[in-house]
Amino acid sequence: MNFDFSDDQKFLKGEARKFLEANCPTAAARAVLEDDAQGYDAKLWKAVAAQGWLGAAIPEEHGGLGLGHLELCVIAEELGRAVAPIPFASTVYMLAEAVMLAGTEAQKAELLPGIAAGDIIGCLATSEGPGVTTASNLQATVTDGKLTGVKIPVTDGAIAHVGLVLARENGKPGLFLVDLTDASVTRDTLKTLDPTRDAARLTFANTPVRRLGEAGEGVALVEQVLDRAAILLSFEQCGGADRCLEFAKDYAMERYAFGRVIASYQAIKHKLADMYVKNELARSNAYYGAWALNTNAPEMPIAASAARIAASEAFWYASKENIQTHGGIGFTWEMDCHLFYRRSRQLSLVAGAPRVWKERLVSHLERRNAA
Amino acid sequence: MDFNDTPEEAAYRAQVRTWLEANAPKTRAAGSDPEGNDTMPASRAWQATKAAAGYACITWPKEWGGQGGTPIHNVIFGQEEAHYPIPPNPYQIGLGMCVPTVMNFADAATKERFAGPAIRGEEIWCQLFSEPSGGSDVAATRTRAEQAPDGSGDWIINGQKVWTTGAQFSDFGIVIVRTNPDVPKHKGLTMFWIDMKAPGVEVKPIHQMSGGSGFNEVFFTDVRVKDAQRLGGVGDGWKVSLVTLMNERLAVGGATGAGWSQFMEAARNTPGMDGASALQDSALREKLADWYVQAEGLQHTRNRTMTALSRGQTPGPESSIGKIISAVQMQELGNSAIEMLDQYGLISDPELASLSGAFQSSVMFAPGLRIAGGTDEILRNIIAERVLGLPGDIRVDKDVAFKDMPSGR
Repeated sequence: MNFDFSDDQKFLKGEARKFLEANCPTAAARAVLEDDAQGYDAKLWKAVAAQGWLGAAIPEEHGGLGLGHLELCVIAEELGRAVAPIPFASTVYMLAEAVMLAGTEAQKAELLPGIAAGDIIGCLATSEGPGVTTASNLQATVTDGKLTGVKIPVTDGAIAHVGLVLARENGKPGLFLVDLTDASVTRDTLKTLDPTRDAARLTFANTPVRRLGEAGEGVALVEQVLDRAAILLSFEQCGGADRCLEFAKDYAMERYAFGRVIASYQAIKHKLADMYVKNELARSNAYYGAWALNTNAPEMPIAASAARIAASEAFWYASKENIQTHGGIGFTWEMDCHLFYRRSRQLSLVAGAPRVWKERLVSHLERRNAA
Repeated sequence: MDFNDTPEEAAYRAQVRTWLEANAPKTRAAGSDPEGNDTMPASRAWQATKAAAGYACITWPKEWGGQGGTPIHNVIFGQEEAHYPIPPNPYQIGLGMCVPTVMNFADAATKERFAGPAIRGEEIWCQLFSEPSGGSDVAATRTRAEQAPDGSGDWIINGQKVWTTGAQFSDFGIVIVRTNPDVPKHKGLTMFWIDMKAPGVEVKPIHQMSGGSGFNEVFFTDVRVKDAQRLGGVGDGWKVSLVTLMNERLAVGGATGAGWSQFMEAARNTPGMDGASALQDSALREKLADWYVQAEGLQHTRNRTMTALSRGQTPGPESSIGKIISAVQMQELGNSAIEMLDQYGLISDPELASLSGAFQSSVMFAPGLRIAGGTDEILRNIIAERVLGLPGDIRVDKDVAFKDMPSGR
């Protein structure tokens, strides 16, 4: 049994933590939060690119480090821990994964080196309004290679160079690569629950696009991309959830009430024990996802769903009960608690809400058990 | 990252498989008693077979009948053994907790006397810790041991233990007793091994709310034990008990019984509110997803623990979360299943109920599992204190002589 990361991968994780402690204290997220003009931390983005992280899983022939997805998992965990205000998930877990999965050789050669170098920021545009966007209610349309429609919200939509857009072509959903710097694209920045991450409404008016993957296979391809993204995002969520537990613990150990530290009350101890249990269950599910991702296992949809559900639950619980443990001070703008609370919402919704993933999971289990 | 054995583990597994193929029972021992009384001959025979080949206590040193193996060897054997219709194992508590305590604290002659018969399954041991007035608070033990007035150095034990698993068929036990009520509670305890057939020991089965009787009350009336039966120093019983309890959470397993996949199949075949299959009910589907994710999380947590063992490391504290999750899930899943069955869910008759009444059994057995081997609350304290390093509870009984402690009922 070898169900753990290797020593090399753990070393990389340790290095990533040191790097982010030096280059991405919570003040970095706060700076983006408090400055409407700033969609992300551009300086950190360049530094992360210089570390090679953007191309960790991109083959060397396309300008990456040619490591694997396990390396990406340990980096993801540290980015989550640091609430890093950069478009890493959109660019690496979504755009790069989609291109590696379904791109032609020409598309890979065109996009992957730019992603690895930090020159191309990506985003995934599927949602069109309240509720779940599906093949049946999808409105955006591609006709003769031109896209028309509205996507809202698109995480990193205002800062991305290349969009992956789900749209109907000849009545069937397809996935399209779009140059977002084209004049036909209107981008409106949105006010969201987590302003440390960029989000926009994208309006396309006869915007030129190129299809990624097969015609009519857009929904299936998005699902494959989201399975991969969900696993990587689950590591970010584990990182964030563990940090919340540390914050809550540290505060409970120094805060006195009724003559003793609040960490000595069972109401607080049991709350933190529950956080620990949820975090460990999330971590174990995330590890299984990492194994499935790294081996491209047929179990990936199930493993990804479980990882996403467990990690979303863990980060939500840890981030909200961290505030509760802090009491009044935890509700202030100055404390960092809300950065993690906000990020937990962003990470739970960005690749589809846990409720949707639960339905997907059970559908897969139904089919697997019937087979 | 993979699920493969190392070459050494693979070789061991192959050796175990060959041995099991030749020696393991091929059919399940007949028996109708859920507490395993009538399968005892089969249990004993299988234990003796394993002992003769060194598989009974794999991690024990060879000189005591073990194999000198590692914990991962033990896990591998357990995985492979589970593929055969083996009889119930009444030796777990004895070999997992009691006998190791004896081996740690007894003299050479005593070890020599007990190790062989225990490992071969000829003698069964039980652990006598819990009392009516001390479950989670084991150190509140009231059972007394006083020195015999005849100057023999013997001890006379009076009192009562409770929730003793397997006492009805045990030959020996380890018992924690109070030898000094004038000092604070943890300091006045002493551990002994005891002959369960000695005069004055009386075992009575407890009738559980679930209907079965897996546990016992054990009464001691002027039971005389030799001072040589003492394990550790007089007054050191608490320290000795920690050695025993270290293994308890490993010995008290997680929930078995109906899980998410049984629930899913039952739902598929049960009409829901609109006449369609209950498996189409979105509320039930959401619960199903949650249970699956928990069960998978526990399975992969075990895989992480095994990995640590495989690498020769001590497993991290993550292994402490199992029972907290599985016992509550057993209760909730069982209850959701009977609610899904609607009025019919009340029926527990195995002839009529789905899955021979497995969901109804879960509902009735889960309350006990949430208490046995550390309550939900004690386990949370353990995680908070030993894993997260939070302070222990404030003890109002810390510096008070046991006899002056408020004790309520």
